[in-house]
Order: sequence, then C-alpha cells, then structure tokens
Amino acid sequence: MGESHDSVKSKRIVFVTVGTTCFDSLVRAVDTQEVREALFKKGYTDLVIQMGRGSYIPLRSTGEDGSLSVDYFTFSSSIAEYLKSASLVIGHAGSGSIFETLRLKKPLIVVVNEDLMDNHQSELAEELAERNHLFCARPQTLYQTISGMDLGSLVAYQPGDATPVANFINRFLGLNDE
Amino acid sequence: MDNVYSCFFSDMGFLNVAISLIIGISTLIMIRIFYVIYWSSKPLYSKPPGPLSTLIVLGSGGHTAEMLNLLAVMQMDRFKPRYYIAAATDNMSLQKARVLEDSLIKKAEVEVVGTSHFLQIYRSREVGQSYVTSVGTTLIALTHALWLMIKIRPQVILCNGPGTCIPLCVIAFFFKVLGIRWSSIFYVESIARVRRLSLSGLLLYKLRMVDQLFVQWPQLKSKYPRANYVGRLM
Repeated sequence: MGESHDSVKSKRIVFVTVGTTCFDSLVRAVDTQEVREALFKKGYTDLVIQMGRGSYIPLRSTGEDGSLSVDYFTFSSSIAEYLKSASLVIGHAGSGSIFETLRLKKPLIVVVNEDLMDNHQSELAEELAERNHLFCARPQTLYQTISGMDLGSLVAYQPGDATPVANFINRFLGLNDE
Repeated sequence: MDNVYSCFFSDMGFLNVAISLIIGISTLIMIRIFYVIYWSSKPLYSKPPGPLSTLIVLGSGGHTAEMLNLLAVMQMDRFKPRYYIAAATDNMSLQKARVLEDSLIKKAEVEVVGTSHFLQIYRSREVGQSYVTSVGTTLIALTHALWLMIKIRPQVILCNGPGTCIPLCVIAFFFKVLGIRWSSIFYVESIARVRRLSLSGLLLYKLRMVDQLFVQWPQLKSKYPRANYVGRLM
C-alpha cells in the first residue's frame, strides 16, 4: 500500500534529440504507436523528446496504462543532463550531437534527415555505424532498427586526439627545438 | 602625308609596348604564383621562429568544437597574438573561444600566452540563400575580409571548413603573391567529411591555396593524395 517511489522503480529513459534543427519526420516516427510499443517491449519506460524547431507536437502520456511515458520540450541550454540520464539516445546526424553522445558511452541511433539538401551528414553516421559505434536509420526504418537492435554489438568509440595535427603544424613551422 | 604615317606608326608602337608589358607582367605574376605554391608546401622556418601571429577562423557548431579541440593542444605561447574570426550571424563561436582564452589566462600570464582578439566578419552566403543575391553578399564579404586581413596580416591561419574562411584564405594567398605577408595556412577538414571534401576544402585543395590540408578519415587521403591524414580530432 502507499505510494510507489520513483527511486524504487528504475527508469530506462529514451532521449530523442534534434538539436537546433527542424526534424518533424523523426518526431513523428518516434511518436507512432509501433515505435513506442517497440521501445516499451525492449524495456524502456520513458520517452523524452527534444523537438527543437519542429512544428509537429507529440502527445504527452503518463504511461500509467502500462505503456511508455512520453514527454517533450523544444530547447534546453544544455542537453548534457538528459543525455547522461538516458539509456538510449535517438538523435539527428549532427556531428556535435553524435560525439557528445558517444563520449558519454550511450547507445545511439542516429536518424538521417532526408529532407536536408546536400546531406553530407549521412556520411559520418554511416561510417560510424559501419564501425559499430552506433546504429543508423531513417525515419521510415526506425521501427525495424529498434526491434532488431542488439546493444551488445556496439563498440565503444575511442575519443580522437588533436595532438598529431598540432605536432605536424609545429614541425612544419620549425617550432620544435630539435 | 608624313603626319598620317607617323601617327599610324606611333599608334602601332604604343600598342606593341602595351601588349608586351601586359604579357611581361602576366608572366611575372604567373611565375610568382608558381613560386608561392611550390614553397608553400615546404616546411617554412629552418630555425625556430619567435611567436607567430595567428588567425583562427571559427564556424558554427561542430566546426568550432573541433577547432577548440585543436587549440587546446597547441602551444599558445608560440602562436600569439591570436585573432578569432566568426561569422556575424554566429553567436556561440566567439563566446566559446572567449571561454578557452579565459582558461588560458588562469593558467599563465598574459605575457606568456599572449593577447587574443575577437572579430566578426560578414558571411559570403547564408545557408539556403539564393545564388543570385549571394554574388552581392560575397562581394561585401570579400571587401570586409580584405579590410580585416590588411589590419591583421597574420603569419599563421587555422581554419576548418565553413565558407567564412574562403575569402580570408584567397586574400592571404594574394598577400603571399604580392609579397605583403607570407602566411602559413592550415586547413583541417571537418570530421563529418568522410568520403568527399566540403566545397571549401575542395576549392582550397584544387587551387593549392593552403600550405597543408588535413583530413580525418583514410578514405579522403586515398582520394586526395596531397592531403594529410592525421586521425580524428573528436
């Protein structure tokens, strides 16, 4: 009897982020019943959507009826806290967003926005997916990606190092005292 | 009769001289350009130079993050004074650069790390802007870039991608040709470019306007052999 405390129930949060872009097709895809059910079946309890400049507004839900709880907001000055508390991140293909998530070692599904002209962003997402650092999907294939994903197949991304570039520049300019 | 003939011959003479001058000067300029391109790719100083004034071109979002990552591992006492340039419409980049510079001052004296300056430049073209109006805005951006470059005349230029850097690199190249200032220009292609160079990168690579171009993925190194593959910055 009595209240059930949130601290006892462990939440598994899915955080969806579109950054500063407008990415209605992703928000729509995440807000479909099949995707929400797929996430729920995978053991996630909460869905938090950062919808940016999009015009499609998802439906809030408390999840009391035994389904995913859904919440959304437009922007935040820093999404770091949301990323840290997430068990799965579904994000747009911006490089800053991707590497911020990989640095926190969170499972990531990158969704490429096909409405963008000159979609060079997909190159980075596809390359990292080929190296098993994240999953890559399109809004239409998000459901299949979620149902079929095996988080154990993901390989941690080792952060890069700018020192070789700095050393090269130093050598080129004769700055090394050798 | 004599007057007509002498007028005719002096006109011909003038034309010959003018053509010879044009050909002569063009040839000299072409030779100078090849000289600049050849020596730009070679290591510059035989013994360690003093502090080098450095221009750092910042772009929106991911570009700035990568540049700051690079600056964090460079010896700031050798690259000073530092001039940060960002597009007029970019609010965040200069702010982030200021944060980096503030952290430097906390660690060492201004005499050591040098002074830093933060400037804004007009963009050649906004994302989605029509190509017709882009001609006008590019001209304005070029003039503004020229003004800034004349004031700064940096010895080192660091840039990593956004179109903002093109006018600056082009002007720096011509300063080299004209002997106004020899800048060592380094361009780091964004980590988001895996299989193809960006338009900025491609232009600077093909026209050989930068001293050294860095790519972060091996596929680009195979495609563009003169580029340097040095791993990833992020």
